[in-house]
Amino acid sequence: MTIHETLAAAAHGGKAVERQSIYVYEAPVRIWHWVNAVLILTLALTGYFIGSPLPSVPGEASANFLMGYIRFIHFAAGQVLAVFLILRVYWAFVGNIHARQIFHVPFWSGRFWKEWLHEVRCYTFLARQPKKYVGHNPLAQFTMFLMVTLPLFFMVITGFALYSEGAGRDSWEYALFGWVFSIWPNSQDTHTVHHLGMWVILVFVMVHIYVAIREDIMSRQSIISSMISGERLFKDRED
Amino acid sequence: MAAAETLYDVIRRQGITRRSFTKFCSLTAASLGFGPGAATAMAEALETKERVPVIWMHGLECTCCSESFIRSAHPLVKDVVLSMISLDYDDTIMAAAGHQAEAILKETKEKYKGKYILAVEGNAPLNEDGMFCIDGGKPFVEKLKWMAEDAMAIIAWGACASWGCVQAAKPNPTQATPIDKVILDKPIIKVPGCPPIAEVMTGVVTFITTFGKLPELDRQGRPKMFYSQRIHDKCYRRAHFDAGQFVEEWDDEGARKGYCLYKMGCKGPTTYNACSTVRWNGGVSFPIQSGHGCIGCSEDGFWDNGSFYDRLTNLHRFGVEANADKVGMTAAGIVGGAIAAHAAVTAFKRVTTKREKADAS
Ligand code: HEM
Ligand code: HEM
Ligand code: SF4
Ligand code: SF4
Repeated sequence: MTIHETLAAAAHGGKAVERQSIYVYEAPVRIWHWVNAVLILTLALTGYFIGSPLPSVPGEASANFLMGYIRFIHFAAGQVLAVFLILRVYWAFVGNIHARQIFHVPFWSGRFWKEWLHEVRCYTFLARQPKKYVGHNPLAQFTMFLMVTLPLFFMVITGFALYSEGAGRDSWEYALFGWVFSIWPNSQDTHTVHHLGMWVILVFVMVHIYVAIREDIMSRQSIISSMISGERLFKDRED
Repeated sequence: MAAAETLYDVIRRQGITRRSFTKFCSLTAASLGFGPGAATAMAEALETKERVPVIWMHGLECTCCSESFIRSAHPLVKDVVLSMISLDYDDTIMAAAGHQAEAILKETKEKYKGKYILAVEGNAPLNEDGMFCIDGGKPFVEKLKWMAEDAMAIIAWGACASWGCVQAAKPNPTQATPIDKVILDKPIIKVPGCPPIAEVMTGVVTFITTFGKLPELDRQGRPKMFYSQRIHDKCYRRAHFDAGQFVEEWDDEGARKGYCLYKMGCKGPTTYNACSTVRWNGGVSFPIQSGHGCIGCSEDGFWDNGSFYDRLTNLHRFGVEANADKVGMTAAGIVGGAIAAHAAVTAFKRVTTKREKADAS
């Protein structure tokens, strides 16, 4: 949605109300974003050390539980992440239109792809003036869907499947997610794809933080503060 | 062979005493994890039910399953199962040979239609119409399909029959194919391992021949009683894993102290088998107890999953060979470089645009 449409949509009784700032990200979206960010970094760190453990600790085995704690933090954070993801999906249904953006890509809309291309051209310095968007721009929406939303579901599904191996064949985790082992009968492969999923998300995070800071400086709208206050502030009035 | 002969009849005819017979029943019932009443139930079944013949065929394989089987912990168990009760045909170890042996197949197929067990060791190579494994003058795959037609159920012995094993490792030139991908219309029980543990094998055969049905199977078609936990779940070195005490190098201090072999590539955390409980050679030891990690021999494609000594699996896609962390860090490095370059161009453009604007006004 571009700024013009929103302004038109905000028209009341034939009189257009022009606003400089719009409430975009509702509180649940913002809370989810920051909780999710902290959880992902925790999961990535602990996950990395599950794959490549720290140097051995000295002493008696019964006096140490390092690997146990690392795994415990990973599993606890993973379960919290899953709960928050479910709540975020719920909010996509009841929240405003921007709460829905990261859960879909309007694949059949020609306009979406045209604007997507425009964003790509802006980022490759081929076009100068980026359009203004109230929510995420098409390129952001596309990337978030592909590199956050889908991978998060993937991590939750494969994560719980791996968890079911320890919890046992009679656990609810196995009942719900055991089908993953029909796709990868050898759970060594499930470990590998779960591990690769981490890198997809981490690469996104790198780009994401760079772009957030860059746009905050360069663009004609507020960015980082929008994810804190929820308000999108437009710095100029041009299209 | 009398038509309604029971297993017990055969046992007695072979000169085995009643005492040994009951001993065999209690031993097997215990190894299958049954309660106290089960031995009696087993004895009764063996005395009254008609004998279930077992046909044991060998496809593309190394005979390690047979080797394991004949070394079962209690000699009585394997003797009873192997030579006296039900093994009507096993071309590797039977006395009969040639046409005489092949005649048994035909006889069993006709006489016990829908009642015999087909135990298959090895698998069928399908390339070149199956000519990579000729058995009795015919491709093995034909013999397999022919005998499977009238079988009650099929036992797939070992990693070969269950998953494909080394002969199916990439690039699999003979197109060696596990049994469940060749025979689609019969109940199949997978007993993977390279080889499977002897007690597991005798346990499975005894269960099926005694009760005339397959034991409960898991999602992968393996008997739950032996394959529902990982080596890692019952490994005696697990305390060191949880503590974070690992062997870092062969023959280091940790190795001498018997620390966990995770960093040496132990596949225990992803391998379903009974080694850490039943152990090998009559319960003497198992690989981890001997200081070497599990290589995951009972898992699908264990030959194609990188080195036995790497914790992280090497991927062989897109012509590169690297583990998930190497792939991920390379991607992150490239993207990091791209971000830095992008930031530089952005800063440069901003300065030049400002200058243009300043010039214009
Ligand atoms: C693990 C780290 C992070 C992940 C996975 C992540 C993921 C996301 C996702 C999925 C959204 C879309 C939110 C929605 O529509 O519900 C988003 C938006 C946003 N994130 Fe993050 N984020 C992370 C860290 C950060 C950090 C550190 C910053 C600050 C520099 C940041 C700044 C923003 C901003 C400003 C937006 C709104 C973008 C817009 O206005 O179009 N994020 N992030
Ligand atoms: C963004 C989310 C996540 C990231 C980045 C992540 C990362 C990782 C990594 C790198 C590993 C090591 C894989 C290996 O090489 O063996 C791992 C293992 C694991 N993860 Fe996650 N994970 C995430 C979410 C989850 C979730 C939601 C769960 C569910 C509870 C979960 C459960 C597990 C389990 C059970 C293991 C195996 C632990 C073991 O074998 O000891 N993960 N994770
Ligand atoms: S030695 Fe292997 S099976 Fe045993 S605890 Fe360590 S990783 Fe698990
Ligand atoms: S410990 Fe692992 S590799 Fe060794 S026999 Fe058991 S399953 Fe196979």
